[in-house]
Amino acid sequence: MSKTTAASRKRDIAPPTTAGPVDGAPAVSPQAEPSVSVRELDIAFGAHRVITGLDLDIAPGEFLVLLGPSGCGKSTLLNAIAGLLDIADGEIWIDGRNVTWAEPKDRGIGMVFQSYALYPRMSVEKNLSFGLRIAGLPRAEIDARVKRVADLLQLDGLLKRRPAELSGGQRQRVAIGRALVRNVDVFLFDEPLSNLDAKLRNELRVEIKKLHQRLGNTMIYVTHDQIEAMTLADRIAVMRGGVIQQLGPPKEIYRRPVNRFVAGFIGSPSMNFFAGRLEKTGTGLCVKLGDVDVPLDRYGFLAQPEAGREVTFGIRPEHVGLGEAPAGHFAIKGKVELVEAMGADTIVWTSLAGHPLTIRTDGETEIRPGQTIEFGFDPANACLFDAETDLRL
Amino acid sequence: MSVGTASPRGPHRESAALAFRGTAGSNDSVPARQRGKSAERGRRPRQLTAGRIGLYCFVAVAAVFFLLPAVVMVLTSLKTMPEIRSGSIFALPASLDLAAWAKAWSSACTGLDCEGIRVGFWNSVIITAPSTVFSIAAGALLGYALSFWRVKGADILFAVLLLGAFLPYQIFLYPMVRAFSMVGLYNTLLCIIIVHVVFGLPIMTLIFRNFYAGLPVELFNAARVDGGGFFRIFWNVMLPMSTPILIVAAILQITNIWNDFILGLVFAGRENLPMTVQLNNVVNSTYGEREYNLNMAATILTAAVPLLVYFVSGRWFVRGIAAGAVKG
Repeated sequence: MSKTTAASRKRDIAPPTTAGPVDGAPAVSPQAEPSVSVRELDIAFGAHRVITGLDLDIAPGEFLVLLGPSGCGKSTLLNAIAGLLDIADGEIWIDGRNVTWAEPKDRGIGMVFQSYALYPRMSVEKNLSFGLRIAGLPRAEIDARVKRVADLLQLDGLLKRRPAELSGGQRQRVAIGRALVRNVDVFLFDEPLSNLDAKLRNELRVEIKKLHQRLGNTMIYVTHDQIEAMTLADRIAVMRGGVIQQLGPPKEIYRRPVNRFVAGFIGSPSMNFFAGRLEKTGTGLCVKLGDVDVPLDRYGFLAQPEAGREVTFGIRPEHVGLGEAPAGHFAIKGKVELVEAMGADTIVWTSLAGHPLTIRTDGETEIRPGQTIEFGFDPANACLFDAETDLRL
Repeated sequence: MSVGTASPRGPHRESAALAFRGTAGSNDSVPARQRGKSAERGRRPRQLTAGRIGLYCFVAVAAVFFLLPAVVMVLTSLKTMPEIRSGSIFALPASLDLAAWAKAWSSACTGLDCEGIRVGFWNSVIITAPSTVFSIAAGALLGYALSFWRVKGADILFAVLLLGAFLPYQIFLYPMVRAFSMVGLYNTLLCIIIVHVVFGLPIMTLIFRNFYAGLPVELFNAARVDGGGFFRIFWNVMLPMSTPILIVAAILQITNIWNDFILGLVFAGRENLPMTVQLNNVVNSTYGEREYNLNMAATILTAAVPLLVYFVSGRWFVRGIAAGAVKG
């Protein structure tokens, strides 16, 4: 099936950047009709406006992840798409139909909840078929669909059991199955893995990814876990305060965050930030961080800013290298304050211009606290944000 | 109660706390205990302190105090009238004489009718059964609607209902009598059932609303996505999960309605007087000799149903009492 991305229509903070084709991301085809379209959505709880004027188009077959910290409005947005809460203004379109005021069951969606939300007094089979029985489908059709889903999710042996007799992973598979039997085009996931332990979470994440590749449905997935977002998504919408901060393929979100919030939210350990000021040099600009000057000749500005501007300079721990830096890279020495061994990686804490800086290096490093080390980075990998607006420069 | 979510609470946290205490607590005591054989090992020793003994004594005295009237009732009901007249109320009966019980059940007189209080018993059954069923059904439905469906003005409605639970119902008696006579229902079986359902509604709504408020809203949302309507979700999803609260509600309503006196007296009509009212009529018959053995037997018979509910339901009964005091 043809995968398409529709460019986001409007954004409040982020400058309009189209989601360009990055490897793994779907090709752009603007004329295709979106699978799910949210238009100028307003949501208010009483006098408190949670979401204002939000626009979002999701292409058919796309895996979109809504990512953000607690209370950013991502679950609210998902519930609005599902029709589980009343919106104040705007429209919601699914598969070319205006479903703004349609009942959840009439929207052509299946939904998976964080707490599984299985009906505790029904067997797995009854859980799967509940919606179909309500819809009054013929017995044979119900059985066929339940069987197909049970095969797909390896639930065969569990059909007669009650939810209480299942493990967490099995319960979530049943919950996914309950969405699948509905034979719909759009699946909504509301933090489906956050109740599971780390090992199961990884397993099910892979299963969901496989499922998406196999079925090719549109999926909207809410999470606060950036690993899930990065691994699953075709595009990620990073949200804060009810506003989509950035919408784009995971790689773009990671490489070119549009503002300081996105930069700090994506990546673990998070990006190192330093306050600084832009200054002119012989060849171009540099950023002055306390007593250190970092040349920015290799940095790709969106628009060439004037010298003297107050900025926030960011560099990811994994973009800082130890040892002698290649030509053109920025290099400096620092004293090691702390070493955190994480198995595959080691996080080295040192300082740059009097502020702490983390460096991610391999797990075999011999570096000890107290040592003085040489490190450096390519300024092309850095991120510069305006100190006032927090927007990328 | 499990509602499909495995919560890693309780034991998990406890073990974490223990581990914390083990490492950060007094470091030298840990190896000492590992070496073992110290006195502080194994099960906590039982200690009988003076405070404990005092407590048990108090409990025993209290138990005797509350049990004595019951014992006297049972003893008296088994005696013959000459034995009772001899005056020693704690004396055991000379022989097991069940004549008073039989008479109380089938031939005690209230006024001119001498059919015993079995008439009242069956009247009470006929009043209690439908009143219990309908008040629970109404309360459950209302509680479900108030907690899951965002009805406009739901909070106000609930506040008004709660107010109803705290107003003394005696103040409603006269207006209700007038209202029922106007529609021609006064002094009928239907009348007393409606009265019990209405007066049971606030407390029933309260306990069901609180129960449903404790269920995850995602369950309701899942049923909505599956296409369930108002009654479908109630009947197929919510009600099967409500067994514990249904039992509590049934206990509350059966004991309340069975023990009711004034509503039965005012609204039921001569034909349908409940057992409590009839007991009063038997005991307070003022002519002839007071048959204490018969009165005692009739009283025990009347109290038998709530007592039975209490003994059969056990822990549920305590929950029922607590349910009236749960968070609002």
